[in-house]
Order: sequence, then C-alpha cells, then structure tokens
Amino acid sequence: MDRVAIVGIGQTKIEASKERQNYPEMVYEAVKLALEDAGVGMDEVDNVVTTSNDFWDGRTISCMPVGGVSGAFDKNISGVEGDGTFGAFYATCRTLSGSYGSTLVTAHGKGSESRSIAPMITNAAFDPVLARSLGLDMTTACALQARKYMQRYGITEEECAQVSVKNHGNALDNPNAQSPMKITVEDVMKSEKIAEPLKALDVSPISDGACCLILANEERAKKFRTKPVWLKGVSFCADAFQLGDRDLSECKPLEQAAAKAYRMAGITDPRKEIDVAEICDAFTYQELMWTEGLGFCKKGEGGKLVTSGATAKDGDIPVNPSGGLLSGHVAIAAGMYRMIEAVRQIRGEAGGMQVKEGVKTALAHGVNGLCGQSHCVWILGSE
Amino acid sequence: MGKRAAIIGTGQTYCKSIRRDVNGQELINEAVTRALQDAELTIDDIDGVVIGNMDHFEGINYVDCWSIDGSGGYMKPTMKLCTGGTTGTTLGIGGYHMVASGMFDKLLVIGWEKNSESDTTGAIVTATDPILDRGVMAGALAGLAIEASEYAAAYGATSKDAARVSVRDRKHACNNPYAHLRKEVTIEEVLSSPVISDPLRLLDMCPRTDGACAVIYANEDVAEKLCPQPAWVVGTSNRHCYSRFADIKGQTGMLSLTTAAKELWAKTGVKEPLKEIDVMEMYQPYSWGGLIWFEDMGFCKKGEGPKYIWDGVTDMGGECPVNPSGGVISTNPIGATGLIRCAEIAGQIMGKAGDRQVPDVELALATGFGGCFWSDMILYSKNKPA
Amino acid sequence: MSADNEQEVELLAVHSRTDVEQVFHYSAGRYLNRFLTEMRDNAKIVGVKCPKCGIVYAPPKEICDPCYAEMTEPVEVGPEGTIRNFTILRAPFVDPETGQAKPVPYAFGNVELDGAGSLIQNYLLTDDDSKIKVGARVKIEFHEKRTGNMRDIKGFRLLD
Repeated sequence: MDRVAIVGIGQTKIEASKERQNYPEMVYEAVKLALEDAGVGMDEVDNVVTTSNDFWDGRTISCMPVGGVSGAFDKNISGVEGDGTFGAFYATCRTLSGSYGSTLVTAHGKGSESRSIAPMITNAAFDPVLARSLGLDMTTACALQARKYMQRYGITEEECAQVSVKNHGNALDNPNAQSPMKITVEDVMKSEKIAEPLKALDVSPISDGACCLILANEERAKKFRTKPVWLKGVSFCADAFQLGDRDLSECKPLEQAAAKAYRMAGITDPRKEIDVAEICDAFTYQELMWTEGLGFCKKGEGGKLVTSGATAKDGDIPVNPSGGLLSGHVAIAAGMYRMIEAVRQIRGEAGGMQVKEGVKTALAHGVNGLCGQSHCVWILGSE
Repeated sequence: MGKRAAIIGTGQTYCKSIRRDVNGQELINEAVTRALQDAELTIDDIDGVVIGNMDHFEGINYVDCWSIDGSGGYMKPTMKLCTGGTTGTTLGIGGYHMVASGMFDKLLVIGWEKNSESDTTGAIVTATDPILDRGVMAGALAGLAIEASEYAAAYGATSKDAARVSVRDRKHACNNPYAHLRKEVTIEEVLSSPVISDPLRLLDMCPRTDGACAVIYANEDVAEKLCPQPAWVVGTSNRHCYSRFADIKGQTGMLSLTTAAKELWAKTGVKEPLKEIDVMEMYQPYSWGGLIWFEDMGFCKKGEGPKYIWDGVTDMGGECPVNPSGGVISTNPIGATGLIRCAEIAGQIMGKAGDRQVPDVELALATGFGGCFWSDMILYSKNKPA
Repeated sequence: MSADNEQEVELLAVHSRTDVEQVFHYSAGRYLNRFLTEMRDNAKIVGVKCPKCGIVYAPPKEICDPCYAEMTEPVEVGPEGTIRNFTILRAPFVDPETGQAKPVPYAFGNVELDGAGSLIQNYLLTDDDSKIKVGARVKIEFHEKRTGNMRDIKGFRLLD
C-alpha cells in the first residue's frame, strides 16, 4: 500500500469565544495557515473533506458554509460527522484510493454560540425512546463512568486532579491554548462540584476553533516544502451504544483500535516506542483510563502513572504536552488538534512544548460518542 | 495505487411514509440483514461500518454511535458521513474510496432516514444561513421552485413537460416492491394537484419516506471471490460548490452538476452519455429536475430535455431508461435516497432488478443531489475497470 | 418482516418535546459586521469586490470561491436591481424561528442589485403577482426602524 504523509497543518487559537468571526472565517483562518505551512496554493489540493456536527453548529448540513473556504469550489468534496480524527481517516482513504494525490481536511467547532444549551446538544446523543427523558448529558454520563472506573480500581480524586495540574501547566507553553493555568491538586479539589466526582477543574471547557491538515501520498509529498510526517498506523473502533450494555470501567474499543494501530506501525512496546502522546482528556479521569487502554501502564494503574511523573513533559511517556482538552476543547475538532500537536513534536516545531529532540513516533487520539464509546488512534512517524 | 472496487451486495427496506412497526435501529437492521443475505456474508465478515442520515430528521446526535445495535458496528470501525441530501451518494462514493484504499476489504455502507419522527421542514430551514437567509427561506422546495422558474423563463418548458416526468417515475415505481408510492398518476392529476411554490405542484414533488438501504463494498482482493457479478465502480465525481443559497445562479444549468459531469466523462472516457449509458438512477426529487439535469449532464442539449422525455427515450424500453425504480418522486428516505440509487444500479448490473430490470446493462449511472444544489455522480460497470 | 404486519400489535411511540428555546448566538464576523451596520445606520447595501475577477458580492463573503481570493474592498451596490429568479410560496408551513405558520402566499426571489455580481435573497413586494417576472426591475425597501439584521430589509419592491 502506498504511504500517506501530513504535509501541512493549520490551527486557530482555541478560545472561549470567537465573537469576531463567523464559521467560514474561522475555518478559512486555519486553511490559510495550513497552505502557508505547506508552502502551496489551493491548486495543489486535489480534493477536500470537512468535519463538523449539525447539533453543535445548530445547522442542518453543517458542512455547507465551510466548503468554499476549504477550497471546494471546483473540487471533489465530502463531509464527515464525528471527531476530526475520523475526518482525517476518511481523507487518508481518499489519498490512497488512486483518485487523488493530496487531500485537505478541516474540522471546526464554535461551542460558544450554544454554550447555554450544550447539555441539550449532548443529551440528543441519548436514545429518544429509552434514555433521553432522563436528562443525562455528556458531563453527567461521564460522571457515572468516572465513578465506576475509580471505584473499580481505587483511583482517587487527587490522582485525577493531578492530570488537571499537569495539563493546565503544560498549556503555559502553548500559545494556542485557551486556559493555561498554574494550579495545585488542592485547587482542583476545591473547585466547584459539577456532578460527583467531577469538579470544575476536572472538566474541559467548551471552546471555539478550527484546524486543518493537508495530506499527500508519497509521490506527491515531494512537492510540499515541509518535512513529511508519515502515517504509520491508524484504527478506530466503537463499543455498544446503551450505557447499560457497556462496562463503563473498560475501554475495549480503545484497546482494540490501539492494538491494530500498533500492529500496523510495527510497535510492540508502546510505552518504550512512543515518544509522545496527545490524547483526548475531556475529563481528568479519562486521561487515566485512556493511558491504560493504550497500554502505557497496567489496567487500574493510570493514577499511579500520572503521579509518578511518567506522563509529564519530561517523563518517559509524555501525555498532552500541549495541555490537552482540559486547556481548550473544541468539540469535533479536538482529535485533529491532537494530531497537529503530534505533528509539531515530530517536526521539532513544538517550541516550549517540545518533549525532546528527535521525536520519532507520536500518538494522536480522538473520541466520538458518549463516555468514549468510539476511539480513533493514530501513530505518526518521522520516517 | 488504489485497488478497484465494487458493490457485491445490497439490501433495502420496504418504504412507507411512516414505518410505525420499527424503531430507527430496527429499520437500519432490516436493510443490513438483507444486504448481508444478498452478499451471502455474515456481520463477522465485515471489516467496518459507515452510516449516514440527516441528524435533525430524527433528532439524534452522533448517529454512528447510537446505531450500533442496528448497524452491526459493535467492536468494529464505525463512522458517519453526511452532506445533507447527497448523503446517500456521499456514502456510495465514500464506501468506494475506503475499500479502494485498502484500509478495508469489505465495508458495510448504510443510509437511512425515519423522516416521520421529526419536523422535516423545520429541520431543513436550519440548513440556511442563520444571518442571511433563514428569515425568508421556505424549506427545500423553494430552491427547486426557483430553479424551475429560471429554466422555464430561459427555455420555455412548461408544467406539462415536467408532469410527464412524474408520470414516468410513478409508473416505473409500480415494478418496485420497495417503493413508497406505487400508484400511477396522469398528466391531468399532476397539473391539478395543489401549487406548493410556483411553479411546483404537489405531484411534481417527492414524498417524505421512512426507509433504509445498505450496500456492501469490496475491493478486488475479494470481490470476485465473493460475488459472481460485482458492480464495479468506474469513476466518481462531485461538486458542492455553493456556500450560500444565493450563490446558486441556475440560468446556464446547475453548475455543480455540469462540472461534475464534465469531470466524470473526461476521467471515464464517456463521450456520448445517451448512447453509452444503459440505465440511470437519477436523484431527482422533483419533476423539473428530470428535464433540467438530464440536459446538464450532457444527455442532450440545453432546452431539449422535454423532447426526449416525450419521445419515451427515458421510459422502460427506451434508449436510456431513467429511474426504473420509480426514483425519488416515488420514494425519498433522505439519508438512504442516494444510496438506493447505487443499490438499484448495482441490482441492474447484477441482473437482480426483478420487474424493473433493464436488459443488457453494462454501464450505469447513479447520481446524487442535495437541497443545497450539490451533485454527486458514480459510474458503475459490469466489467472490471482496466 | 414485511411492513404489513402492523395490525396485530399495538404500536407505541414516544413523543419527545422540548419546550425549551434552543438559542444560538451567531457571530456575524468581519465582513458581515460592516454589511449589517451599513444597513442599520445608512440603509445601504455594501458588498465586497474580488481582486482577481472583479465580481462584487452582496451580501459579502470571506473569499471569492472560484478565485479562492480574499475580498476586502467595500463597494456599495443597488438600491435598484433585477430579479434573477423567484417563486411564490402557497403552502403554509411553520417557521421554526417563531413557531407560527408563515402567512402565505408570499413571493421571494434572488435579486442582482445594480453593481453586484452575486444575488441577494429576500421577499418580493407588489400588489400584483403577475408583475413578478425573471428580469423585472426592483428597488430595495428598508424598514424605518432597523437593528442590524436581514429583517431590516422589508423586501424588493417591484418597479413599474
């Protein structure tokens, strides 16, 4: 099979509210940056994929307004609904199918415009006959998961809080992050209770932002001025839907997606072979669960992993040196932001976030659905 | 380079305006079960699931996650594509690219819609720009009414010409057990049906339908082993070139369709569509589209559509039958509608189209349309592409 | 299972209603801010011009799609223009923004304001529907009180 590389990246700053921009302007900013990064004009892009979500945008056919600024006018274009990592997957397929040499893919979210009804937006993910009238939303459902997970393995709230301390602290070196903060475990423990055991500083914000990747197959990648970052492995997997059909303390779909992605990339010892990971920490407990699911530590030891310092920027398996979602969470675009940060690390362009020189292999992760029902794992490499 | 790919199995549900007997998951599963049966596979043989619908038509968020029980995506790669009305053909194109890439060998692709569960018009109005267009917009129909009025002003076509298209499709639907509306209509009935939005009348328009469709795509590594006559994809093209409704200036034809067609013919080597294409399933949600878009794709010159329709060229038995299934005017479960075009064409190529079979099908076309005037085109063939 | 077995079983449905208003706050953005402000304060339509092809877009947008070029030069257009297409809506439907049925019949269409190369969509105002034709001349009519919203435009009045 031919190889695919990421040859251009662009992202807007993640902000609580981008009142100065409408949707197309926001996406255009990211696309422009990606084209500048890649050193090409729109004519070097063969086709386009957009990633969006109708509920978050309050708009049926949410891909329509951003098509033009993504270069769609005289090109083939398609639309994915789901996290940006899934959009990037489909864009990868289109780059490998023989029809196109390069693909531009965007993802966006403007949660500020619907902040007051965000619970209704995620409540709409629940089955209308069985669960919706219970009034659960993403936060309350994840609170259930947090409780189950923590109870099963004896994870403490303080261990979860450590994720918040680490990630908000990491964001101090990220000029694009929304909420860099120097905080302590005590600050997190004292923060306002949202839904037990989740407190305000355990929960990612709702943010605005857009980002863009340009992909190219091996032959075409030569036309771009950037050092290509190669796709070494990718896989995604979805669990059952009804919360009661799942063991919320498990993340089997993540384990399966990771296993397949590792196999594709030839990775047998993820903790050793992965230099840095950018994963979706929508809630503090999730970073612990996902590090276990990715095989960075044994099941139930996610808490120990973070308190040991292993996932700090200078640890042996740095996780979210960018600050992660806790420092800025654009719904739908979240996973693509993670991919971009991973690309920066491999290129050696991560500035203050750079975990070390010579990052060879990076992992990026995206999540779709309630309580991490569906996961997408990307392995990116310098060669 | 990419692999060649084909549809190796299809399944559809019986379509009605309200499928009260099933919930959404069951509706999806009905189509999935039939597709697996058609391909003689089980869900364990499937490498991944791609699904699509228009979110607000059922009011369910993250449908790829919600539909797992019905789609069979449990512990498989599952994702969603959606581009509005073209969703079904977006899925038909997406399925092709995903298996052609080699990322999947056998992929289950599902399009569905249970329109009856929500206020469709209310949902469609949110497709308009909230600042610029929403105040005056009036659902999906208005855009089509505008296109028809421009075309009539430019070429002199009449409501009677358009009505002949409705008559054709409704007649064809009588051969299709899956169709929603299975009763013929006459020209007089069409012309005396109530006016919705000048010049469109009720019987010029598609219905609102509950239904689902599933197809299985496979690449050349497995397609021929699994299926005696795969429906090979020769080429796809599409254009979604309007960011705003007011960008649509239709006087020289639907720009997205004329450009998509030019690209498709160029890359597949088709020089005379009318002669070379044996059957077409056109995503034609209203009668006038059967005139305007037939021209736009190059089947005849601009303004000559009515002549070809009246001459019976597009009827069963004609030179290029259009919509042997009865088309969208007879059945319209939006997320599925485009995929049904692909499934019907695959059936035609496989010789499985029953009473709606066109004889000796070698090359066949499926098209997609979205209310924002987007166009998808997929060319399928009996023969494995070179 | 065919769809014809429904008589035997009682078929239940869950009716889900939210009486909560779902409010979205849409930012106008740079070029629309100017467009809406000029409408509100000066009863003018100000579009933008593409530096490559010269087409003036009113309402304005970020880029000229075919040229993929950023547009920043403001150009006033109208107040008169030509109808490029139209329809007359006759079947009533509920406006989701108000929850009320829109009063029908009403005419609306796309107008190319003088100087503009793109179309602007709004109501067509006339006492005599038969005057509405593709190619007819119209003049934009504003409300007296304007708030910086497309509803500041009453519609396009058919000129004799």
